This record gives sequence, structure tokens and C-alpha cells, in this order.
Amino acid sequence: MKDLKSQASRSTTPGKGGLTPEIQSRIGHQLRAMYDDVVRQGVPDRFAELIKKLDAPGGGSQSENGAGGSNDNNGRD
Amino acid sequence: MPLTDSLRDDILAAVPSLRAFAISLSGNADRADDLVQETLLRALANIDSFQPGSNLPAWLFTILRNLFRSDYRKRRREVEDAEGNYAKTLKTQPSQNAHLEFEEFRGALEKLPQDQREALILVGASGFSYEDAASICGCAVGTIKSRVNRARSKLAALLYVDGAEDFGPDETVRAVIGGSGG
Repeated sequence: MKDLKSQASRSTTPGKGGLTPEIQSRIGHQLRAMYDDVVRQGVPDRFAELIKKLDAPGGGSQSENGAGGSNDNNGRD
Repeated sequence: MPLTDSLRDDILAAVPSLRAFAISLSGNADRADDLVQETLLRALANIDSFQPGSNLPAWLFTILRNLFRSDYRKRRREVEDAEGNYAKTLKTQPSQNAHLEFEEFRGALEKLPQDQREALILVGASGFSYEDAASICGCAVGTIKSRVNRARSKLAALLYVDGAEDFGPDETVRAVIGGSGG
């Protein structure tokens, strides 16, 4: 029984020095999948508006708008 | 340089990856968006110090990272309590199996030291060169390389070595063996 188990882990365990290419690519894939999920959401209106507002002539009062704690609570609870 | 239309467009275009980076760092979607907002305000306020032709995303990432760093110390506890918030940010839920694997991966990522986590994300997900990642983190290129390597090894150990028996049919085999009583 123990043989079965140690055999199984040996086949998926990388050598001491580093990672198997398979594990490397699995990590890379999951990392990018996680990241790209957010990237695909694009630019939330909140930020598009923020930049537009600051860019507008005479609208450059950054300290007044938004810099403080005025985050829109999207009331998810 | 002054804020031209094209510069403004470039800043906007960087927002999605800034958010992804912020969420990876903080593990909390709401917190991440506040970080991005603060980053944008700071970038626009200091736009004169941006060198035309230099790497705009790297400049923005540097600002965000520094904000996160100074903020992190204050909020450490809160951030650590925020587990699970990340999943809420996803518009499309992956299939349940993939979702479990995904959560496991995120959990492992959170266990990495911050230095290693940010290096791995910048190079492995944001697609920055080692050189850009080094300048974002304010350290040597060699340091980034070794952080990335250590991050990968640690993730592998957390996900695929300790749990090696979780993969493939061995799990079933072991369950059967275990179930038959020793």
C-alpha cells in the first residue's frame, strides 16, 4: 500500500533543483487566468469619469474630488 | 509632460491591468479599486514628472505598488481578513471544478511573502520584463529573478507537491485502500 502512494508522488514530484516544465506552465497558466479575469472587465465607469473630469478645462481640482474617502459603495451586502 | 489626449488614453488603457495587479496584491476588490483611484489621482497630479516616451504602465505600476506598500502596513489585519472577496469580482464564474482549483491557487498565492508575490505577478501575469519589474520594485534585476523563482517553487510546493496525491486516479485508489481499513 505504501508503495502505491510513494510511487504516485514520485511521478509528480519535481527534482530537488527545480520545477518540472509541466508544473511551471501550470502555474503560469493559472496566474494569467486569474489576472486576465480582471483585465477583461475593462475600465469601470468610475475611472473613466474620474479621468474625464480631471482632464476637462477648469476641472483640475483633484484634492477636492474623490481623493478622500468618497468611494462608491456598490452595496453588495 | 502635460496631459495630452493620447496620454490620457494611455492611462485609461492601463486601468484594467492596474486593477488586476491591485487585486492580486491586496486580495480585496474594493480595496483594489480604491488603490487604483488613488494611483490615478497621484499620477495625474504628478504628470509633469512623467518622461515622455518612457514606459507609462511601469510608471503607473510603480505608483500603485508604493501606495499599496505604505497602506499595507496600516491595514495588514484588514487585508488578511478579506479572504473570499476576490471571487465576487468575477463576472463569469468558472465551472465548479475549475473554481475550486482557482480558489486553491489564490490561497497559495496569498501565502507567499509579499516581495515574491508581486515579483511573480509582474513578470508572470502583467508581462513586464525582469528589468521593468526591478525598476517597479526598486531592486536589482537579479533580486527579481530570484524572487520569481522562489515564488514558483513555493507555489509548486503548496499546490502540487504536498498535494501530489490529490491528482489523477491515485486519490480514488487511496480512498479505496484507506476505506478497506489497515
